[in-house]
Amino acid sequence: MSLVEEYVDVVVVGAGHAGCEAALASARLGMRTVIFTVSVDSIALMPCNPNIGGSSKGHLVREVDALGGEMGKNIDKTFIQSKMLNQSKGPAVHSLRAQADKSDYTRSMRQILEQTENLEIKQLEVTDLLVENGELTGVRTFSGSVFHCKAAVLCAGTYSKARCIYGDVSMYTGPNGLASANHLTDSLRSLGIEIRRFKTGTPARIAGSSIDYSKMEEQKGDEYIVPFSFTTDPKSVQKEQISCWLTYTNEKTHEIIRENIDRSPLYSGKIKGTGPRYCPSIEDKVMKFPDKDRHQVFIEPEGIHTNEMYISGMSSSLPEDVQIAMYRSVPGLEQARLVKNAYAIEYDCIDARQLKLSLEFKEISGLFSAGQFNGSSGYEEAAAQGLIAGINAVRKIQRKEPFILDRSEAYIGVLIDDLVTKENIEPYRMMTSRAEYRLLLRQDNADLRLTEKGYEVGLIDEERYQNLLKKKELITSEIQRVESTYVSDSPSVQKFLREHQSTELKSSICLGELVRRPELTYDMLSEIDPGRLILPVDVCEQVNISIKYKGYLDRQIRQVEQFKKLEKKLIPEKIDYNRISGLRLEAQQKLTKYRPLSIGQASRIAGVSPADISVLLVYIKNM
Amino acid sequence: MIDQTSDTIAAISTALGGSGIGIIRVSGKDALSVGDRVFVSPGGKKKISEQPSHTVHYGYILDAGQTIDEVLVSVFRAPRSFTTEDTIEINCHGGIYATRRVLETVLKYGARPAAPGEFTKRAFLNGRIDLSQAESVIDVIQAKNEYALQNSLSQLKGSLGREICELRKKILYHTAFIESALDDPEHYSLRGYTERLLSEIEDILSMIRKMIASADNGRMIKEGIQTVILGKPNAGKSSILNILAGEERAIVTDIAGTTRDTLEESIFLGGITLNVIDTAGIRSTDDYVEQIGVNKAWQKAETADLILYVADSSTLLDENDEKIINLLDGHHSIILLNKSDLPQVTTEEQLCHFTHSRFPVIPISAKEQTGIDVLEQKLYEMFYHGNLSFNDEIYITSARQKSELIWAEESLNKVLESISMGMPEDFFTIDLMDAYTALGRIIGEEIGDDLVDEIFGRFCMGK
Repeated sequence: MSLVEEYVDVVVVGAGHAGCEAALASARLGMRTVIFTVSVDSIALMPCNPNIGGSSKGHLVREVDALGGEMGKNIDKTFIQSKMLNQSKGPAVHSLRAQADKSDYTRSMRQILEQTENLEIKQLEVTDLLVENGELTGVRTFSGSVFHCKAAVLCAGTYSKARCIYGDVSMYTGPNGLASANHLTDSLRSLGIEIRRFKTGTPARIAGSSIDYSKMEEQKGDEYIVPFSFTTDPKSVQKEQISCWLTYTNEKTHEIIRENIDRSPLYSGKIKGTGPRYCPSIEDKVMKFPDKDRHQVFIEPEGIHTNEMYISGMSSSLPEDVQIAMYRSVPGLEQARLVKNAYAIEYDCIDARQLKLSLEFKEISGLFSAGQFNGSSGYEEAAAQGLIAGINAVRKIQRKEPFILDRSEAYIGVLIDDLVTKENIEPYRMMTSRAEYRLLLRQDNADLRLTEKGYEVGLIDEERYQNLLKKKELITSEIQRVESTYVSDSPSVQKFLREHQSTELKSSICLGELVRRPELTYDMLSEIDPGRLILPVDVCEQVNISIKYKGYLDRQIRQVEQFKKLEKKLIPEKIDYNRISGLRLEAQQKLTKYRPLSIGQASRIAGVSPADISVLLVYIKNM
Repeated sequence: MIDQTSDTIAAISTALGGSGIGIIRVSGKDALSVGDRVFVSPGGKKKISEQPSHTVHYGYILDAGQTIDEVLVSVFRAPRSFTTEDTIEINCHGGIYATRRVLETVLKYGARPAAPGEFTKRAFLNGRIDLSQAESVIDVIQAKNEYALQNSLSQLKGSLGREICELRKKILYHTAFIESALDDPEHYSLRGYTERLLSEIEDILSMIRKMIASADNGRMIKEGIQTVILGKPNAGKSSILNILAGEERAIVTDIAGTTRDTLEESIFLGGITLNVIDTAGIRSTDDYVEQIGVNKAWQKAETADLILYVADSSTLLDENDEKIINLLDGHHSIILLNKSDLPQVTTEEQLCHFTHSRFPVIPISAKEQTGIDVLEQKLYEMFYHGNLSFNDEIYITSARQKSELIWAEESLNKVLESISMGMPEDFFTIDLMDAYTALGRIIGEEIGDDLVDEIFGRFCMGK
């Protein structure tokens, strides 16, 4: 066996959504980067649901884009249907979701990777991590070749010692029948990293030709399509869309499931991993919510090059015969032919509390980890972590401060802080209720929040940065103008207000006050606002939101100021908690184990009380 | 988490009711402006914020035009104060009600209740206390928090705790429902939900308002030692209570059977807060209303931590006294032999003999106000064994509770406001969670992952 040795800057293990962002960030920041994958045909594979975005996940994609990541651009090129969710609700929870053509998505991302300078793709399994004196020095592959590197990012997804299961059938493969990675977690274990086992699952794929859509409700995309990326011209994405379909389970479906529940590996104890509560298998739904007489089932196309349909809402690990009977009990699926059976998948991953906020392992300098391997779930969560880990691997090499977003700056900040601080007993999914400052963390202002940071990091080019500054300026000056412009109680104004069911004026009033009336918007008021300049749509949107919800936004800004004070109080890395006599034992143990960066982070660790925080403040002051 | 190190805090810094004067200390960057908002000089022109350091000013504490108390306010400007921050100290007339009302007024106008040991902590953090004292500061913070926690836990078991848990459950449920619909809009619709939420919130608000009102009446202070005064009619129970409380609270007449219901009073004595319940005199009676009072007295005595049995030394012991003495068994009890100013018919020795000396007997005269100091000393011995340091926290806890209730009320009012303004549902949950968190602080619970757990537990989510 010939021994190949190569020298690079950054190694990325895995080419899923986390790996792609990590490798692109690293290469774009000038590092010689190698990305390893078990199959180059499955780069940026979507092995489960065929969509990108959704509630709060759409925010993540927007943020990745605002920082210079690729996911938003890639889905804009490859989507087949798009929807802005929650449009009847407040702007903070509007969220974009697009159905992808899976194969186009994969192909397009592969192209981007191939075209990126400094980036090399290798189809090889990484088996060992080479560590000297607590510092990563390289990786070894299954072939025996060694890649010396200065930093590495693990994005192993759900491939580590993966096992796919339904009924009595067990296959030792990764998702979608791809080869699993069977050595990496052993190597990590030998380096003292704790490994745990999580579980998730996916529904069956059914041949579109066997489905009777006439028994289902059609689900169309939005008439006007909003792109994910701030760089995509909205005109370029207005195109014909493919529909999804809605049908429901029924009592018969539930009966089939209940009768066969003991044949489910989940219930028989054959699967030991912890599954996510937010995307339960259909058998879980039926058993845990017995009073629901039906569950929604969305039929979603896997792409335009295939007639395979994804059966959303019915993931399962029941035996093949039960699956067939169960799916066929659903209206429209009576003749269903299963292309792929539903399965549950179990895999090795880490407890992310072994990582710093930079996503670097606390115990192994230069080794980073991102994505589902950190115990998260979802393509978007993975991409977000991949981007941050990629940036920080580079900064580590450049001896720069790590790039960290906090909970008040981005959903990405919430995601990573939750992962590395809190105890997560199941794959972690982003949710809007997890973001305590969500009124400020909107998908519509992700660029205003983050693009400047992306520029400082080096992933945003000068032109995009200048455009952002211009946009900010337009917004600020227009808000100022509106808040200082007064409209009088003239007949035309009164007529306008009458027409919009709004109370007439008794005297002149600030234009901003009118924007704040629930029945009016900034756009509507152009009629009685002769001094207004013609502004871009995205500027108008920001002006409207900033003025209309000013009271709420100001309150959140005050909360953020309070929050920041504790985040800024850093805990010295060398602190010995066992020597602080005032701490309770539990707090001592938790703090010693997870070593929070700041007082703020320490206060979010379960088992650390406000009293412990007081003690810590006193002690740090004393040091 | 709120910033713990620079906002403005307030607390009562003297032992409550124990001295003639109560001092409320306010410290932090807004201390002087809080002073401006609550203080009025006789001429009406003096502003606290314009006064030099280390000066004292005479005037009144006002809340919305209503005079709360006549006071002296001392001004200490940063860094020349205990905490090194701007500080004012309001000396009021003392007595638990006046002191408490002044504190509440200060809290209403911009200060927040100090956490246990917080003044000391600030003094330390700001370099006011010597470094060698660091360890003891930590001990104080820790111990005081432990105590406050125990307090919360004991309340959790009480009816207040149960009510608050119920309210929190409701709030959490509605928040989780809205959040489920936001996270999974295709499964959960909020159509028509606002009307339902509106009526639910009004119900919750009326409960909270009741609690705030009862806090005003002093009934919410459950942290003290539950103490019941028992005795025959006209043995002088109410008179003794009045002396202890320092004001006319119970109706005192010479006619036996005047106190027909139970009265409650919080009293600070010998370093301990007593939650004293005055009861109707125990005797067999045909008067229906009075009988209800007597029954209540028995009930209260059954669950009391301490019984003060008032015996009348000017009359003979009878079967009513015997009944009461039987009840004392199994309780911490003190016998007060009242009317020691009159000729003694029943003596201390007789009572000791009669009770087999199981309970201390203290001669006392409500009329002459003698024997109170002996009672204080006895209480001190019984409950603290010299462990007096936490007593100020007892009161602070309830001031904090009230301010949390008001916080919750305001948050829910904001929800109503958002509803009436036609705001989208996601705006509601921010204030709903605010109310939930405030109520949680009363019973010592932080929110953690409650909401996420509720969403998954109650609602079937996702693909």
